Amino acid sequence: MVTTTAKSPIADIRSSEKQENPSSRSSALTRDRVRSAWLFLAPMLVVLALIAGWPLARTIWFGFTDANLADLSGAQFIGFANYLSVDAGHWSGLLTDPDWWRAVWNTACFAVVSVSLEVVLGTIVALVLNAQFPGRAWVRAAVLIPWAIPTIVSAKMWSWMLNDQFGILNHALMALGVIDHPLAWTADPDLSMMAVVMVDVWKTTPFMALLILAGLQMLPSDCYEAAKVDGIHPVRVFFRVTLPLVRPAIMVAVLFRVLDALRVFDLIYVLTSNSKDTMSMSIYARQQLLDFQEVGYGSAASTLLFLVVAFCTVLYIVAGRVRFDDEH
Amino acid sequence: MKKALGTCAFYLLVATIVFVSVFPFYYAIISSLKPSSQLFNVDYFPELWHWGNYVSVFREQRFGANILNSLLVSLSVVVVSLLLSVTASYALGRIRFRGRNTILVTILAVSMFPQVVVLSGMFELIRLLGLYNNMLGLTLSYLIFTLPFTVWVLTTFIRGLPKELEEAAIMDGAGPWTIITRVLMPLMWPVLVTTGLLAFVAAWNEFLFALTFTLTNEQRTVPVAIALITGGSAHELPWGNIMAASVIVTIPIVLLVLFFQRRIVSGLTAGAVKG
Repeated sequence: MVTTTAKSPIADIRSSEKQENPSSRSSALTRDRVRSAWLFLAPMLVVLALIAGWPLARTIWFGFTDANLADLSGAQFIGFANYLSVDAGHWSGLLTDPDWWRAVWNTACFAVVSVSLEVVLGTIVALVLNAQFPGRAWVRAAVLIPWAIPTIVSAKMWSWMLNDQFGILNHALMALGVIDHPLAWTADPDLSMMAVVMVDVWKTTPFMALLILAGLQMLPSDCYEAAKVDGIHPVRVFFRVTLPLVRPAIMVAVLFRVLDALRVFDLIYVLTSNSKDTMSMSIYARQQLLDFQEVGYGSAASTLLFLVVAFCTVLYIVAGRVRFDDEH
Repeated sequence: MKKALGTCAFYLLVATIVFVSVFPFYYAIISSLKPSSQLFNVDYFPELWHWGNYVSVFREQRFGANILNSLLVSLSVVVVSLLLSVTASYALGRIRFRGRNTILVTILAVSMFPQVVVLSGMFELIRLLGLYNNMLGLTLSYLIFTLPFTVWVLTTFIRGLPKELEEAAIMDGAGPWTIITRVLMPLMWPVLVTTGLLAFVAAWNEFLFALTFTLTNEQRTVPVAIALITGGSAHELPWGNIMAASVIVTIPIVLLVLFFQRRIVSGLTAGAVKG
């Protein structure tokens, strides 16, 4: 999609009009069209510059200042001090803050574990939905429900179900004899990250499944018929034929999911609030910015998050050879 | 025998998938229908239909104002994004000019970067414009994630349309504006509805900006209002009210998504963006 080989309509017109008016009219037409292209783009570009470019530049700038929420205009340039500074042998700054590294670690864990689970479960759900069976449309509709529920609502729903005293999950697990005493899912440091991952997997697997399903439905059926005739075991067919063919679809879905997971905010904020055990980079940055009013320091954290996301994107696109253009 | 076992296992898997997908929302519904005295007994089926939580959400929390805010913000975001992106996507999808790929890559990059990255800059901008604790501020800031999405999906769609349509119009001497309004718009309605709907859902669900740029409950959108519902004391959350509010805002979205499910699936795969 990013690159295109689509032939310009102008080229065709040019060739058909050659006899009557060589090139002068068509180049005027081209110039006209290019001018109107910029005219058509201008409003969108102005808005994007105002609401994305400008705030991004300001955030990066604030990262190098001692800005405070109460008085943003009085910000003084302090160089890299928000990131790292040394004062009489004492190191300080973001890069020496254990809470920041804790947030980085939490975010990385969350992203890796939840996206891996979502890929595996999403593939299973997609394979089920790709099979022919009565009531398939209803199952697909049911699978879409978690995706349709707003994140905040699903976080609240789950924190009610995971409630340590009255939650249905503890109740059911105790009735089944899996646990013998109620667990504090969202408060226990050992369990809270697991709870966050679980809710995210529940909510996002449908999205993954739909993208993989779309990939599955585009596969040619002749490979499968050939494999069937040769009597190859279905599991083998899956790993040797299906998986390599849907890999591009999965790779793009994974990229979008990882980027989404790296910026996770609302789910964790509602489920476990500002607990250090599950704090993500976004929550850390917002806490510094608003709760502690340290705009300079929080902006430095935001900028680092931006760099991490940009780095991951480039790495993934290069290493995974992801292609965004759909022309083969 | 082996085949029957396989079929059984398959349907068991289907049943598990359906149960896991549907049960949490079902449980939210039956919890919302319980009076607070009954709330702390775990039940799997609704015992009685108690609508008190739904009444008190509107009386005590002023949830009506929150819904109105969310509707206004989401609708205006959708209208502005679609207006700006129809012309832009025609230019990006059909006209060749220098810098087009740079613009496309920039748009993709904007749709990928974390919202918190622009938080302090956006906060300053909104205060500068005097839009703090104002719905217009939210509308403006939401464009940062809806606009790249709508431009991207519409550009992909326009590229997929047959070129002959437009060539015929050019031969007849139609300018780009006429081509957009007369030739492309009639073909674009379905994709406009889908992208508009997905942008609407994204704006309806947004939390970080809404939490940061509003101050009073009257100005809050639905997700923030639900997240901040508090009871009489810090330790006693009114779960009945929270569940009632959750059900109220979720049912319309679920119905919309189910109604448009085919369109949404194709829209998602075209844009391959987050939900």
